[in-house]
Amino acid sequence: MSLLDMIGPVMIGPSSSHTAGACRLGLVAHHLLGEAPRRAVIGLHASFAKTGRGHGTHLALVAGLLGYAPDDPRLPRAFEEAEAAGLGVEFRDVDLGDVHPNTAHLEVQGDSGRVTVQGSSTGGGVILVTHVQGLGVNFSGAAPTLLLRYTDAVGMIARIAATVAADGVNIATLTCTRAARGGQALVAIELDAPLSPEALSFFGRWPDADWVRLLPKLMDG
Amino acid sequence: MTTLHDLMNAPAPASAWVLAQDCAETGLDPQDIRAEMRRRIGEMRASVERGLASDARSITGMVGWNAKGLWDAPDALDAPLLKRVQAYAMAVNEENARMGRIVAAPTAGSAGTIPGALLGVADHLGLPDEQLVDPMILAAGVGKAISKRMFISGAAGGCQAEIGSSAAMAAAAVVELLGGTPRAAVHAASLALMNTIGLVCDPVGGYVEVPCVSRNAFFAVHAVSAAQLALAQLESFIPPDEVVGAMASVGRLMPAELRETAEGGLAQTPTGLAVTARMEGRGEEGGMIELPMA
Repeated sequence: MSLLDMIGPVMIGPSSSHTAGACRLGLVAHHLLGEAPRRAVIGLHASFAKTGRGHGTHLALVAGLLGYAPDDPRLPRAFEEAEAAGLGVEFRDVDLGDVHPNTAHLEVQGDSGRVTVQGSSTGGGVILVTHVQGLGVNFSGAAPTLLLRYTDAVGMIARIAATVAADGVNIATLTCTRAARGGQALVAIELDAPLSPEALSFFGRWPDADWVRLLPKLMDG
Repeated sequence: MTTLHDLMNAPAPASAWVLAQDCAETGLDPQDIRAEMRRRIGEMRASVERGLASDARSITGMVGWNAKGLWDAPDALDAPLLKRVQAYAMAVNEENARMGRIVAAPTAGSAGTIPGALLGVADHLGLPDEQLVDPMILAAGVGKAISKRMFISGAAGGCQAEIGSSAAMAAAAVVELLGGTPRAAVHAASLALMNTIGLVCDPVGGYVEVPCVSRNAFFAVHAVSAAQLALAQLESFIPPDEVVGAMASVGRLMPAELRETAEGGLAQTPTGLAVTARMEGRGEEGGMIELPMA
């Protein structure tokens, strides 16, 4: 929480939680997809489903998918922009269970890959991403975040941390979950600075890792 | 953790102390923060100007003409500061309600209070925007100190947490703008907060339009009143951090119906229910709703 979070963000209204936060959730999916989105199915839970339309939540989520920041003047025209960009979006009301009332689940498809992201908009434009690719995570986008999916094995986190350290970058937070022992695992690491392209491509060449992304910092402060 | 008590006893100007503390904590450069605050004041100014000039309806159709209506109306009370502060605050919130560009301060629903109070007072006195940068940093510092103890959203603690925080931030900023001490600035914040405790968040249909637009006008004036009291050396009898604690405890006692769920208060009046039903029943195409009143 910095001073710029208190006087800010600069944003297109009307609601920091329903609009700016929704846009940032879309932005997470945009960056994690890593290519132009072609089709998205967006599930809206509770308050997002109930009062989202009048709050521009739908527009903001689509704007985020297109890579627009919460203050982008194109945000209110996001549906037209999506059509022009060849992105088809379907909205569904969903019950995601006992989660924050402002929660969205996004499944986004590009030409070569797909990503699923679930996250909550917790107030003042702040978000908490809780699932990526179906696995549990816990990050806010306030710092550059490394996401790496790999096959669970002894010593993987130590190897990942060693590579980050060799790049001269400090780890702020780390969450790791796995579907099953020896199954797919996902680590999300919030960093004090972005990783170098060399470190990222090094991870990309790991035989045990099948998906690597660096989410840039999304918050102002 | 920085408290209002720390802030109150900081060396003057309080904003310089806030900036130094924040940069030590986040590692950000003070000059970058000042430059960004300057830019954000410009954004606030632009949203005030657009809001005063437009009477276009909001997405739901409940608001959109209030700021321009007041701005263009004769000054019945011969109180130009009052009218300016109210019109600026509503201009920002109506711009917000019609999906215009605003600065959340601290939230979008309370975005008009600080520009209403701070820009309104500055314009009334003919002070340039450059003099608003430090007061704005102090406002942010007050908001940060409050948010350490309590969430600043209506959903968490009712409107007392949201517009109460913005009014407290604005009151402190006005005190610094007018040369008050850190002690006076924090007492202004405390007085503003103290007089907001218990305020529910009951937006009609769940939208930050009614009562939010007029509520920002009222609380911008409220902030200026608190600044006036504190500049005359009046103080909050209850220590500022204890006032924040009281607000937090009231927020926890408040039923969910009164915390931005649209399940209580104004949202549950016959008109509020009619608006809610029409908004929920609206088709994919959107469009304005018909208001039930004449």
